[in-house]
Amino acid sequence: MDILSNLALGFSVALSPYTLFLAVCGCFLGTIIGALPGLGPSNGVAILIPITFTLGLDATSALVLMTSVYYGAMYGGRISSILLNIPGDEPALMTTLDGYPMAKQGRAGDALVLSGVASFVGALLATIGLMLLAPSLARVAFLFGPAEYFALYLLAFCTLGGMASNNQAKAAIAACLGLGIAMIGVDSSSGLPRLTGGSLHLFDGVDFLVAIVGLFAIAELFFFIESHGKGSSIGVKLDKVRIPWKDIFDTRWTMLRASGVGFIAGILPGAGASLGSFLAYMTEKSIAGEKGGFGTGVPKGVAAPEAGNNAAAGGALVPMLTLGVPGSGTTAVLLALLMTLNITPGPTLFTERPEVVWGLIASLLIANFVLLLMNVPMVKIFVKVLMVPAWILLPGVTMISFVGIFSLSGSYFDLLMMIGFGVLGYFLRKLDIPTVPVILGILLGGNMEDALRRAMTLSDGDVTYLFSSPISIGLWIAAVLGFVAPMFLRGVLKKPQAITD
Amino acid sequence: MASDRIFGLITLITAVAYIAAATQIQTNFFSGEYLPKLFPILIGSVAAICSLIIIFKPDPEPDWPASWTWVSMAIAVFVLAVYAVMLKPLGFLLPTAIAAGILSYQISFRPFPSVLSGIGLSIGLLILFKYALGLGNIVAYRIPTPAKLWDAFAILIPFVGGH
Repeated sequence: MDILSNLALGFSVALSPYTLFLAVCGCFLGTIIGALPGLGPSNGVAILIPITFTLGLDATSALVLMTSVYYGAMYGGRISSILLNIPGDEPALMTTLDGYPMAKQGRAGDALVLSGVASFVGALLATIGLMLLAPSLARVAFLFGPAEYFALYLLAFCTLGGMASNNQAKAAIAACLGLGIAMIGVDSSSGLPRLTGGSLHLFDGVDFLVAIVGLFAIAELFFFIESHGKGSSIGVKLDKVRIPWKDIFDTRWTMLRASGVGFIAGILPGAGASLGSFLAYMTEKSIAGEKGGFGTGVPKGVAAPEAGNNAAAGGALVPMLTLGVPGSGTTAVLLALLMTLNITPGPTLFTERPEVVWGLIASLLIANFVLLLMNVPMVKIFVKVLMVPAWILLPGVTMISFVGIFSLSGSYFDLLMMIGFGVLGYFLRKLDIPTVPVILGILLGGNMEDALRRAMTLSDGDVTYLFSSPISIGLWIAAVLGFVAPMFLRGVLKKPQAITD
Repeated sequence: MASDRIFGLITLITAVAYIAAATQIQTNFFSGEYLPKLFPILIGSVAAICSLIIIFKPDPEPDWPASWTWVSMAIAVFVLAVYAVMLKPLGFLLPTAIAAGILSYQISFRPFPSVLSGIGLSIGLLILFKYALGLGNIVAYRIPTPAKLWDAFAILIPFVGGH
């Protein structure tokens, strides 16, 4: 009954009127952010972190606010996928495959409600899974020494690079780029500057928030300048929104299965929500077979990826909270938030600051119900958000990013560096180089090096120490497999392409 | 093809330079002789190997935008850079209105709505940040001396400004 008493603690934190208010605000804001084309969970959360930080919220409140934004954005992403055929971010891509055809058949309302319910099921089950699994994983994590942590970080980079990208070498370069940037600054043990090129501005290192906002938000601006905001007009009609009870009932097993698949995919460090929605969709497609009509706008094709995607979002919180290794781009951004708030995720978080963890879990449960209420009857309000033209939205997002970073440090240097990261992000994405490993590298670089150094100090420079325990050997094998296996599976697991008009 | 090869070459040179810089990292008694250098050298080596793979096995060429779009994006970068250095000496309103207006025009190509969105965004965001959220270091406007303005602008000129 440990869980129940912990949960009671969590609800006592999360049910205060102020926290509840923040959760509702976060859900609303998050759904809008998710619905806006060009803004997804990662860049939405990224531009809000500096602002939340300067507002001076305490750790629990800030965490509640941002995770509700995170969950809200996962819900909202489906709106632009279904109505515009534009995925708000990578995981929402699978929803366009059946969601948009369904909307074109005049069932846009049904698709929106069904996907809302599927999101709810996925997220709820994943939050329960998080509750059950995270404490026991946190206990296992106590067995981790520096060698195991080093292997774990490596595993995160390998699976992320292996599964989420099309070219292993490019993913590895992206990770090296991030890790290399993380090394810049004053070295913790010697107190001497490293790799700063003599610039005083770089003595403190590169702030990961600057990099995240630049790579995610500013880069988006360049893409819109390139495309002139084309393709962001609603091509389908949304009439009265009714609740399609029959579809919801018919897809119940699909939702449950997809939630399970998504949750497991989310737990894998580095794999994340994209893999969750992809595997959930492909599993259901193969179960339904040829007759299932996947890709032509069937309810199951809408329910599966949405449940999988949201379940993976919850699952990704498990490695993030217990081990400090994020499972997706957005959880990487949430990890950045925790680090800004001076909370170190890891096994000790569960014993030392239970109010933060369980308050977070309780507020996720609350956020889920709030989001279901918001997204089913009030879905029409969010559809209006899609009417915001790109020529107001993108300059607005850019200016908010500038203000956020400026209010953190007040230095022009960080702003210029953010622009630099924006340009870099544009070129990286053009060349099909994933940007998430860069972020992950900047975030985890310090910890990863620390683990390696402690391992080397403990073993007096003996490299075999890195492979000395069963856990670390297992992690190394998983890392190599996660990196190499997708090269051979690529032919089998071909990503379906979104339909075009 | 060519883009990937150029990119691979750039990362290869960067990686080699990074390794070279890493071997020069200063160490002292507390840090030991090789520990501060070990991880940077590892990263550089992995990056160098991957750069070689990309050079020898490039992906197909991406769709690069037309040449006038490059000009447009270069202007956007310049506008953002000027905005970054002017935010302090001129305050929030004027630089934001101008920068947001220009960016808006670059997306829509319609002058009148762009002017409106520039002015609207600068006033709207000022109210949001300063009065609704109470962010401390946002100042509505400042009237700088020409010397201060030049100092701020000079940051962008290599070897002249910047501290």
